[in-house]
Amino acid sequence: MRPGLFTRRRFLGLASAASGAAVLRCETVSAPRHARTASALVDVNVSLSQWPLRRLALSNTTGLVAKLRGNNVISAWAGTFDGLLHKDLAGVNARLTHECQRNGRGVLRPFGSINPMLPDWEEELRRCADEHRMPGIRLHPNYHGYSLSDPNFARLLKLAAERRLIVQLALVMEDERMMHPLLQARPVDTAPLAGLVKQMPSLRLVLLNALRTLRAKPLLDLIAAGNVFVEISMLEGIGGVGNLLQQVPSTRVLFGSHAPLFYFESSLFKLRESPLSDEQMRNIRAANARTLAAAFQRRTML
Amino acid sequence: MATRLNHWLWNEMEIWDLHCHLSGVPGNTPEARLDKLLEYADRFGVARLCVYMGMEWAYDPSPEKLRDDNDQVLRALKHRPDRVLGFVYLNPKHIEASLHELDRCVRDGPMVGVKLWVAQRCNTPELDPIIARATELKAVIFQHTWLKITGNLPGESTPMDLAELAARHPKAALICGHSGGDWERGLRAIRPCQNVYADLAGGDPTAGLTEMAVRELGAERVIYGSDIGGRSFASQLAKVYGAEIPQKTKALILGANLKRLLQPILKDKGIKA
Ligand SMILES: [Zn+2]
Repeated sequence: MRPGLFTRRRFLGLASAASGAAVLRCETVSAPRHARTASALVDVNVSLSQWPLRRLALSNTTGLVAKLRGNNVISAWAGTFDGLLHKDLAGVNARLTHECQRNGRGVLRPFGSINPMLPDWEEELRRCADEHRMPGIRLHPNYHGYSLSDPNFARLLKLAAERRLIVQLALVMEDERMMHPLLQARPVDTAPLAGLVKQMPSLRLVLLNALRTLRAKPLLDLIAAGNVFVEISMLEGIGGVGNLLQQVPSTRVLFGSHAPLFYFESSLFKLRESPLSDEQMRNIRAANARTLAAAFQRRTML
Repeated sequence: MATRLNHWLWNEMEIWDLHCHLSGVPGNTPEARLDKLLEYADRFGVARLCVYMGMEWAYDPSPEKLRDDNDQVLRALKHRPDRVLGFVYLNPKHIEASLHELDRCVRDGPMVGVKLWVAQRCNTPELDPIIARATELKAVIFQHTWLKITGNLPGESTPMDLAELAARHPKAALICGHSGGDWERGLRAIRPCQNVYADLAGGDPTAGLTEMAVRELGAERVIYGSDIGGRSFASQLAKVYGAEIPQKTKALILGANLKRLLQPILKDKGIKA
């Protein structure tokens, strides 16, 4: 077998994605147990509840979890679409936690929404950490109406880092060319971010839906600034993951699907499109996310 | 390897990709870029690539630039005639030159389709002679469309423009590029036009696109394409594999529809499919 092509074992793992092909399902089922374990995925970018502008086939938690489990996702970091526009984020985060517990089948980990423009947001952060025992939070600056140079944002990062919460920052949710005319949320400008990150060595920051707008030097500067990670849901171009890994270490790249707004298979197939080494594949599929989440587990044991 | 992957993963469907480019792909020559494209295509068992436009794009190409672009596609075609189908790139602002290119590349050459991009909106009468001639030659016509809330380019067509064109040319086989980008509006715009097909390529892999296209147009009017190298095979194939539609519908979208649409011209040219 030529270098760069899939080994049979790795192929079988990846291929459980191809819900399309009957032959494949048989092969996956008969794959040895160790092959299935090696192919486990952590999806750091899923969302529960209803996308405000469209009914999605997997917007019910049960369906989404079945899709994830069917593709070997052992853990999925779940925010909620309600966090984009609802103002009662206390209610939103409580429901998210409850839904992950009730219908998550051990796969879903809640990431609560915090809006630092709302009064008493610090209490929200406290609840996410202490009451809901979330591994992290998810931020949507472009839906919540603040720029990253806002002092409240810096304070939020600082408090989250102190609580050892993973911070997920979504740069955009959908292509700005096709947004609803009354809901045009332009991608977040990340220019102030590298400076902030440098001042907070304990911050762990995961950029979601970032790789369409954040590229080249601004991306590299941000990665170099601290514990900054990106996921691949909006990564495009031929052999996209391979190209990314020529610039960014594989230890900083996570698997994210942006399901159910995106077809889950998109990110999954990206791992197939680029020839990746075993180590790169392991890091992206689960190892990096597990390392990140381990810091959270240490926090809960304290 | 391609065959084996085909057998394992995509074995029930022969995949044809409606929408491929030589730009955004590594390599210094059309041949090198095509080889690279095929290397990735083989990882998903994509059998045939429809290729159009050159290694560097122009919004409003001069007659010379059109010729250069088409020559590059002809080189790619010559390099791998077993894997490539070519569409000739035309500009309605240069009608004479476009008709000449159409004759050179389709009537007298191996190409099987026409590509129109963003030089001129497609509802204008300048397109009529091009569409008429292409239809005589049994070539399919791919028209880029997009409906951008952020604003279209001056010559960029909307799906509504294409619907107007289609009404004037009921015998033409027209393809609505990107399903209009904002596909929830774009698909509606082309819904009444039975001779217009939806290209799934080039937008985000937003869940629901393929299901809506099948629901509103019927499975026979929906065609898979990637818009590679700007996009990935992965995200674009996912639109079909991830869709909640029957297997046989996926097979139509991934290859059978395009094959059927091209059959008359392939037959004329003696191209075996
Ligand atoms: Zn294109």
